[in-house]
Amino acid sequence: MSKPIVATTSLAGCFGCHMSLLDIDERILDLIELVEFNKSPIDDIKTFTKQCDIGIIEGGCCNSENVHVLKEFRKNCKILVSVGECAIMGGLPAMRNNNAPISECLEEAYLNCVSVQANDEKIIPNDEELPMILDRVYPCHEIVKIDYFLPGCAPRADLIWNALVALVTGNEMDLPYEVIKFD
Amino acid sequence: MGDTQTRKSEFSNHEKCSCNCNDLSAILARYDNDPTRLMDILIEVQTQCGCVSDEAVKVIAKAINYSSVDVEQTLSFYHFLSQTPTGKYAVYLNDSAVAEMMGREEIAKTFEKEVGCKFGTVSEDGKIGLFNTSCIGMNDQEPSAIINQRVFTKLTKAKVAKIVNGMKNNLDIEDLIGTEVQSNILKQGPILTKDTEIGEAIKKAISMRPEDVIEEIRQSNLRGRGGAGFPTAMKWRFCREAVGEKHYVFCNADEGEPGTFKDRVILTERPQLLFAGMTIAGYAIGSDEGILYLRYEYKYMEEYLEEILSNMRKEGLLGNDVVGEKGFNFDIRIQFGGGAYICGEESALLESAEGKRGEPRDRPPFPVVKGYLQQPTAVNNVETLCSVAKIMHKGAKWYRSLGTFDSTGSKLISVSGDCEKPGVYEIEWGFSVNDVLKMVGAKDVQAVQVGGPSGNCVAPNEFERKLAYEDLSTGGSLIVIGKKRDLLKDIVLNFTEFFIEESCGSCVPCRAMTSQYKNKLEKIIRGNGVAEDIDQMLAWENVMISNRCGLGQTAANPILSTIKNFRELYEKKINKDTNFVSEFNLDAAVQESCKTANRIPNLGGAHE
Amino acid sequence: MSKILININGKDYSAEPGKMVLDIAKEVGIYIPTLCHYEGIKPQGSCRICTCKIDGRNMTVCTTPATHRMVIETNTEELEKIRATIVELLFAEGNHFCPACERSGNCELQALAYRYKMMVPQFPYIFPAKDIDAKNPKIMIDHNRCILCKRCIRRKQEPENPSWFVFKDRGNKVQINLDHELTADFDDELAQKAMDTCPVGAIIRKEKGFDVPIGSRKYDKNPIGSDIENQGVTL
Repeated sequence: MSKPIVATTSLAGCFGCHMSLLDIDERILDLIELVEFNKSPIDDIKTFTKQCDIGIIEGGCCNSENVHVLKEFRKNCKILVSVGECAIMGGLPAMRNNNAPISECLEEAYLNCVSVQANDEKIIPNDEELPMILDRVYPCHEIVKIDYFLPGCAPRADLIWNALVALVTGNEMDLPYEVIKFD
Repeated sequence: MGDTQTRKSEFSNHEKCSCNCNDLSAILARYDNDPTRLMDILIEVQTQCGCVSDEAVKVIAKAINYSSVDVEQTLSFYHFLSQTPTGKYAVYLNDSAVAEMMGREEIAKTFEKEVGCKFGTVSEDGKIGLFNTSCIGMNDQEPSAIINQRVFTKLTKAKVAKIVNGMKNNLDIEDLIGTEVQSNILKQGPILTKDTEIGEAIKKAISMRPEDVIEEIRQSNLRGRGGAGFPTAMKWRFCREAVGEKHYVFCNADEGEPGTFKDRVILTERPQLLFAGMTIAGYAIGSDEGILYLRYEYKYMEEYLEEILSNMRKEGLLGNDVVGEKGFNFDIRIQFGGGAYICGEESALLESAEGKRGEPRDRPPFPVVKGYLQQPTAVNNVETLCSVAKIMHKGAKWYRSLGTFDSTGSKLISVSGDCEKPGVYEIEWGFSVNDVLKMVGAKDVQAVQVGGPSGNCVAPNEFERKLAYEDLSTGGSLIVIGKKRDLLKDIVLNFTEFFIEESCGSCVPCRAMTSQYKNKLEKIIRGNGVAEDIDQMLAWENVMISNRCGLGQTAANPILSTIKNFRELYEKKINKDTNFVSEFNLDAAVQESCKTANRIPNLGGAHE
Repeated sequence: MSKILININGKDYSAEPGKMVLDIAKEVGIYIPTLCHYEGIKPQGSCRICTCKIDGRNMTVCTTPATHRMVIETNTEELEKIRATIVELLFAEGNHFCPACERSGNCELQALAYRYKMMVPQFPYIFPAKDIDAKNPKIMIDHNRCILCKRCIRRKQEPENPSWFVFKDRGNKVQINLDHELTADFDDELAQKAMDTCPVGAIIRKEKGFDVPIGSRKYDKNPIGSDIENQGVTL
């Protein structure tokens, strides 16, 4: 039987959740035995080369590229897992959601902020190649169907491990009190 | 339907109240700097100044020994009290479902066009303010608006133009156009029939022992007409038996349930009967003070009712030694609300009457034990108290002969919506919905909303059901909804928004869940719903019934009762072949940032 | 006064009449979740988390005094579902960015979410526009985190004194309002008291950082209520 295939990505996140995945210590050797990685920053595969079983999403969607990648993941993965506060509720990037419209955020960042020193032409980055910023930061499950959620900032390594093993083996998730934390 | 956000708006350009707010001494003196009369103080300041400014708040706070924020917490609770100027003329246009059905939108547009400002704002010169408001009890003569406490009904574009022109020319409110609130009594029953001499009814009661008065009421099987149907005699007995320094009689005339206006008609046509009922209640429970809690929307009746009270005092029907009975003193004062549906809930009403936010209390203790100012208090509906006077006059036996076994007597119903003859009908309990529909000339009926938004939306297959406590219970509102209406959008959504607007905000499920219900409903209306959405809304019912008061417990009724009775309307709109629909729209989501960055959105290619 | 008999979850207990059901349950080792309740101040029953079935009706036990022969169910599946849903509602209603909150690990709302294993609220996040009120020299009020439990309002020293904390507006626009004039000379002790009264991180002392590291905070290892459940006392 072929090994289940896993893909991962970090959208509007800080890679902390990926770090936490690496935090499973020596169990990473077991993980390599259990699964095969496809598109992921872990193995640096940039595009999907085959259909995957599990897609792990870190970060929410703050720009058009995030949306594109997330939809690609939904297309190419049987199961999608939102990992971490940002994927689940937008997290720190979403702190702009309730404070100011995006126009104000951009103007503050590129025009008005005290640390802006040399933008005499008053340009807000607008190169065609840049992703377009969304009006607010969206939790992943508002854009595509997400099957599982693993909270935490970052989620405890044990939570990610327990959940992954359960998904791969088809067993019930073992989620002791200590592993579900939002911070 | 106006955006609920626009009801109270910010006025950055009119920060200060134009009048001299420090000169509130006369008002404060009139209420003896009594914090429990804060509602009266705030209403008078609002009337005098067009708002209760920050300066006024400070002056009031100092006088009644409150902190400023404490005054503000009462002030900010009520819809008709405002911290910012509402204009020399403040127009409050009803946005209830029936007003919408009767053409409110066009009237609103005309107001905006003629005045030159949007609803939720005040015109630049500060003269005219336009605001939305919940049902003002004029459903049989919509579209209607309240302007400076006067009611203008059956508005047309021409009438609006004339009104606005008058306001622009600083005309007296009475001279804008004639104000004409109609009573529209279309069927008169035992309560409305003028065959009771008020003094006789009171005398009859006083000739009996108070306990026997209560017993007579018990024999009549009279139950509360506000909607809950609690046996009146039992309430009175509990209240009479409760120990306190003083007992109070309250008449609940907060009639806020959209579509209900029968209390307005009673207050207009048979006020003496009501006041006699209050007097009898006072005798029965051992009280010398009655308070009529009247909704702000009916402020236009103030002078009229005060005159009636004054005449009754002159005739010896109120005051000391009522009807000549030595030692039985009873008088009535009017307490106005400030615009809050929740104050129809009896404990919220008492909080409001004490000058506080109208937040329902935890029970126990019940108001009959600890009510107004922590004293035993009987709170009864207008119609209940009128029935009391009739029962005293004509006897329990007579009363029991009317209606059904479990629901004795008659019921005033307020009929509005898609029918030929909207108005007030006094029927005996036990009439079926069909009987009523025939009476009011309703054809092509899709649904009947019985008991207002908090009640039940009944489908034609249930039109044979009877209006009675044991079947279709109602506080008196019947809204006929014709086949041409989009039930979910025109009615259910409007009702749900009403509950969001009127929640006091205390209980979590009422405050937060009703908005979630609205989100779900709108998602379904937009065609993005899935089967799970319906299941979720049904599952949330358990959370809603865990709210403290009737408002919270019934806030999801518009949705729940239509899922139950009109499920096909929901089923038709949901997506059957998927369990997930995203409402995310990339095109819309990138518009603002691209505009700010001076860039043309590029939705094709790599980004899609 | 003679004791009364009440039945909680199928077991009879004798209790003092008039005592709140919540307190009786606590004494016998039955934990009923609360949020707006705070030991020693007048209960108000606004969060509805402590809703139990009392004689078949949903009622808040923090406000319901025990009466003879009262039958109470505290932990049916239906009740636990109601509680979990209320927690989810609160998370969706406010802006609860736990990782950025000083109170994380010591927060009662978060602790209840842990207890109910909330992975994601079933409701869409509202992301309401809320302010932070930092005018007071000693405390900040972060309205983003406030769950409107009114504990700070109700924890008033003397009822006749003017209020420091109050509610403002109504419905989903309700918010806590602080009287800045009266609280201008707040001392550290009062500031600490205000902060301790808050179940979440809405009232935060200024110039005070994280005392206890993540991992060692109140609810990091032990679920909220476990102290009550583990006492195992029966009367």
